[in-house]
Amino acid sequence: MTGKRYVARDTHVASRLMGGEMMIMSTRDSTLFTLNGVASVIWEAADGKTPLDEIVTEQICKEYDVAPEQAMMDAETLVEQLAGHGIMIVSDQQIAPRENSEVHPK
Amino acid sequence: MQTGLMHEMGVRALRLGIPMAVQLDITYRCNERCVHCYLDHDDHGEMTTSEIEGLLDQMADAGVFFLTISGGEILLRKDFFHILEYARKKSFCVKLKTNALLIGEKEAERIRSLAVESVQVSIYSHRPEVHDAITKVPGSLERSINAIRFLQEHGLHVIIANVLMVQNFGDYPGVRALAAELGVQCTIDPTITPMMDGNRAILNMGIDRKSLAEVFQDTALVAEMPELCGVPLTPDEEVLDSTPCSAGHTACYVSPYGDVYPCVQFPYPTGNVRKEKFLDIWNYSPQMNEVRSITIRDLTNCSVCVHGGSCTRCPGLAFMEGNMRGPSTADCEKSFARTGIPSENLKRKMSSSPSLVQICV
Repeated sequence: MTGKRYVARDTHVASRLMGGEMMIMSTRDSTLFTLNGVASVIWEAADGKTPLDEIVTEQICKEYDVAPEQAMMDAETLVEQLAGHGIMIVSDQQIAPRENSEVHPK
Repeated sequence: MQTGLMHEMGVRALRLGIPMAVQLDITYRCNERCVHCYLDHDDHGEMTTSEIEGLLDQMADAGVFFLTISGGEILLRKDFFHILEYARKKSFCVKLKTNALLIGEKEAERIRSLAVESVQVSIYSHRPEVHDAITKVPGSLERSINAIRFLQEHGLHVIIANVLMVQNFGDYPGVRALAAELGVQCTIDPTITPMMDGNRAILNMGIDRKSLAEVFQDTALVAEMPELCGVPLTPDEEVLDSTPCSAGHTACYVSPYGDVYPCVQFPYPTGNVRKEKFLDIWNYSPQMNEVRSITIRDLTNCSVCVHGGSCTRCPGLAFMEGNMRGPSTADCEKSFARTGIPSENLKRKMSSSPSLVQICV
């Protein structure tokens, strides 16, 4: 993967940080997901404007003791999985903010 | 697995003291006048739009995840869609309760675009003459059904809520058939709640013991019949140390006037968000903490009742009956209807009801 990748939370989700883990519900089918602390950082940073590699280097690698290459691989896997569940959008271009998505979920 | 994750979420919220689920009534005004309704429909000073926004900010910060927006009829508020949009921007999982009279195609599309998790619509009967007599609004069944079609066509998760009472008891199979035809879920509830001011006259509309037993013994409704209707196990130590329900533990209710209660069915005032922060009420209200301190072991009658571990006892209904640590007779009746075994409370009531009147001459 050479180009920048951008990630954004899908609008059809509800989410809340609870005890360090992100609880996410898809409002399309009421499926519930949980993310661990590291994945929650990516979820919260997924604003559609910040490239994934920047999220990894600026937020994951500074906060957690993990090699940048490994962190990037894990992040790529995570966002693909979340996109597969329909709760995250992944694009090679910036993703414009949509309805419901302006306010950062706590 | 889904249930497991939801359970885990509830356990975590309980451990962390997070109000995971809140019902917020944004108005008590209503365009129906249902005969069994527990609300006074006058406006006594509803929270303004900005007050509700501020409350939603506080609730998001407090960790509230499930937000049920209810009333009254929620669409009577002119700022309803503004409130809904604000709530979704705060990433709440929003559920709506409505009679749907004001939902047309445009409103359904807007609700869908705001990614609401579910919309619950009250339907009392599949027959207009019965439903409309309960709502006191001619044509209301047809309008609600049309709205359900719009909502369903836009892909929303719609739930028909069918409250059972004397007036409509025989119609629940028809309502279930209607729900199936519309392709939506249906829930049935035989609970009539006293008026919030304590007036219990509307309880006379509740279905009788025989009808209640019919519901619980209806194999079309109850999947786990032997488990639900079998002889209950006497509550063990673990059950005795557990808490009665989520009210005040992981859930609470906020009225249109900012009053905070443990639950919509538990009108024990714990504070008002116009005077105090939501989280301060949640964490420090003596009343909220009193509710929170009660375990099954503390309950008079229920702690020694065979149904203690399996009863659906509502602490709010018990409170409205006079004692939040006492039994909820409506739930005693349900346990009796399910199993044929009277609760301690019912035994006491039966033994104290004189069958003969002694006449002294």
